[in-house]
Amino acid sequence: MAAPAEKQNTTEARIAALDLPKGGWSDAARTEALTRLRVMGLPERRDEYWKFTRPDALTSVDVPTAAVLGTKEAPVFSEMDALRIVFNDGVFDAEASDDLAMAHVQISRLADSSSDIHWAAGLYGQLEANGQAPVARPLATLNTAFATDGVLIQVVGQAPKPISLVYNHLNKASEAILHHVIKLDPGAKLTVLEAGPAAARLNKVMEIDVADGAAFHHVRAQGRDHERCAATHIFARLGQESVFKSFTLTANGRLTRNECVIELTGDDAIAHVAGACVGDGDFHHDDTVFVTHDALRCESRQVFKKVLRNGAIGVFQGKILVKAGAQKTDGYQISQSLLLDDDSQFLAKPELEIYADDVVCSHGSTSGAIDEEALFYLRSRGVPAPTATNLLTLAFLAEAVEEIEDENLRAALVDQLEGWLERHRS
Amino acid sequence: MLNIKDLHVKLEEEDKQILKGVNLEVKAGKVHAIMGPNGSGKSTLSYVLSGRDGYEVTGGSAHLGEDDLLEMEPEERAAAGLFLAFQYPVEIPGVGNMTFLRTSVNAQRKARGEEEMSAADFLKEVRARAKDLKIDADMLKRPVNVGFSGGEKKRNEILQMAMLQPKMCILDETDSGLDVDAMKLVSEGVNALRDAGRGFLVITHYQRLLDHIKPDVVHIMADGRIVKTGGPELALEVENNGYADILSEVA
Ligand SMILES: Nc1ncnc2c1ncn2[C@@H]1O[C@H](COP(=O)(O)OP(=O)(O)O)[C@@H](O)[C@H]1O
Ligand SMILES: [Mg+2]
Repeated sequence: MAAPAEKQNTTEARIAALDLPKGGWSDAARTEALTRLRVMGLPERRDEYWKFTRPDALTSVDVPTAAVLGTKEAPVFSEMDALRIVFNDGVFDAEASDDLAMAHVQISRLADSSSDIHWAAGLYGQLEANGQAPVARPLATLNTAFATDGVLIQVVGQAPKPISLVYNHLNKASEAILHHVIKLDPGAKLTVLEAGPAAARLNKVMEIDVADGAAFHHVRAQGRDHERCAATHIFARLGQESVFKSFTLTANGRLTRNECVIELTGDDAIAHVAGACVGDGDFHHDDTVFVTHDALRCESRQVFKKVLRNGAIGVFQGKILVKAGAQKTDGYQISQSLLLDDDSQFLAKPELEIYADDVVCSHGSTSGAIDEEALFYLRSRGVPAPTATNLLTLAFLAEAVEEIEDENLRAALVDQLEGWLERHRS
Repeated sequence: MLNIKDLHVKLEEEDKQILKGVNLEVKAGKVHAIMGPNGSGKSTLSYVLSGRDGYEVTGGSAHLGEDDLLEMEPEERAAAGLFLAFQYPVEIPGVGNMTFLRTSVNAQRKARGEEEMSAADFLKEVRARAKDLKIDADMLKRPVNVGFSGGEKKRNEILQMAMLQPKMCILDETDSGLDVDAMKLVSEGVNALRDAGRGFLVITHYQRLLDHIKPDVVHIMADGRIVKTGGPELALEVENNGYADILSEVA
């Protein structure tokens, strides 16, 4: 069914303003994505899946400008021993990047269409396309068609160190459309770090194929720029006994929509996705997660925490779909907000849809203020109210942050959160 | 040290008078006990002194030395040397007990213009004090009071008191929920802190605790007032005859 006229107009206008890159091996996938995009149309406010988040700033022809933060601080993961790949406003920076070479890992770039990367040809846009049912994710389809760059990573063994993607935002009217494809062969292991706002407006897709027995860890921090907009998608497919763990820290950002679509297709796989966000004022943060259990004895966990103040808005749409036959599924989902004043809002839509009878699934969503009893207890011991509030705020975020397994990475993000809370004292 | 004059307090949300003119002076080096039936206003007095929300002072005054307590924020009262061992210590998930202790100690030092305690000194100090109270490393690592038994919570209060070295200690029903051994540990902890420069106000429902922490002065509180004051023998009188006799005597 074609999209209604108004939707078609928005979509065609957006398409007309973009150039379809000539990608060599990716051409077929791009053309196919463009056709799909025209049929589904870009999201608009009336769409059920966008009822809590206005997509306008993400679909408009003109990029909403965003001031560049221009901080002198070292980026989040700069202390880590990692292979660094740097993008400035979505454009690869060869100077600032390390050699794209590491044992057990092959790295190439999407924009480098010279080589025929046949493994990527079989995946590029594929997981994205699979993730379009039962809910359409048109911004990801647009990304498949128009992505200008990204990294293609194949991992055949244990990667000796993480790959760190650094996204600088330099121009206040920049747009970045990045598409990464990551393929972990059976038993392979890789950690990917991402840091930075990337552009005034970012559209990013990451497709991750985790084969049997492989493990993928992902930790990202989406920068600190206040006005930037971002729509990101993660599409992950998990094989037998594989592990997928992803954590996202979001501080600031006028509009963020982070979608995560996970399909557990092999028995005994584990998928954890977590996020902590802190927003003060003009801040709208949307986590939309869809986990499908389609195998035996898989475990999935979603842990999302949001700290909101001065009219900031947090959204959580999380679904666990357990297909018939996915027995012994263990599904958990929690989304919580800490509202530091009466002006802020948390909108949550947790969902379970279960077609197997022998499963354990639980979900919960809460919205609350700082615990006055705990605050008084701390103050009665001499801790000033603002410090006590920050301590309790960090405590609230702890359950999400503890999802990060690596101690150093966790400490790096706690530092970020402490810094933010210090700058945004009550 | 602590000087309370004609203190009147009502609930903020309700038109209910709880304290109806409390007069009390605790001198440095002295231990005062307040006994009284449930609901007489003992906890309210301790909360009002430490600055908890929800109460409205409608008359009277409370000073710690020269400081007008009622004009100060709770954290300022603490830095000035006031400490309340809570009747119901609060659980704080996500905040480690050690972090809590160190933040408290250093916040008070900072407020007084003193140097912060080094991590090493703090660790040494906390380990020694914890050992006296039979608080193990695990309890120090766990989130504040989370999963602690009643007795562990009370011992944790005394640990905080020992670390903060306050001038004026108020203990609200610190004996409730304690078995004989825990009672001994807690009392020893308190007695170790008895000092010529420090005052204590021990609130208790039972005489039992006062066998271990010997008071200099005992007050009986009823219906928002101190109705009788005497020596340690007053506590024994309560123990033997209950409150009824005393209350009818002063009625
Ligand atoms: N926050 C409050 N809300 C309602 N009633 C209260 C509150 N605090 C105290 N009270 C009431 O005040 C009276 C005194 O309570 P409290 O100070 O706890 O007495 P005690 O500690 O001597 O048992 C009781 O009647 C109690 O119900
Ligand atoms: Mg009481």
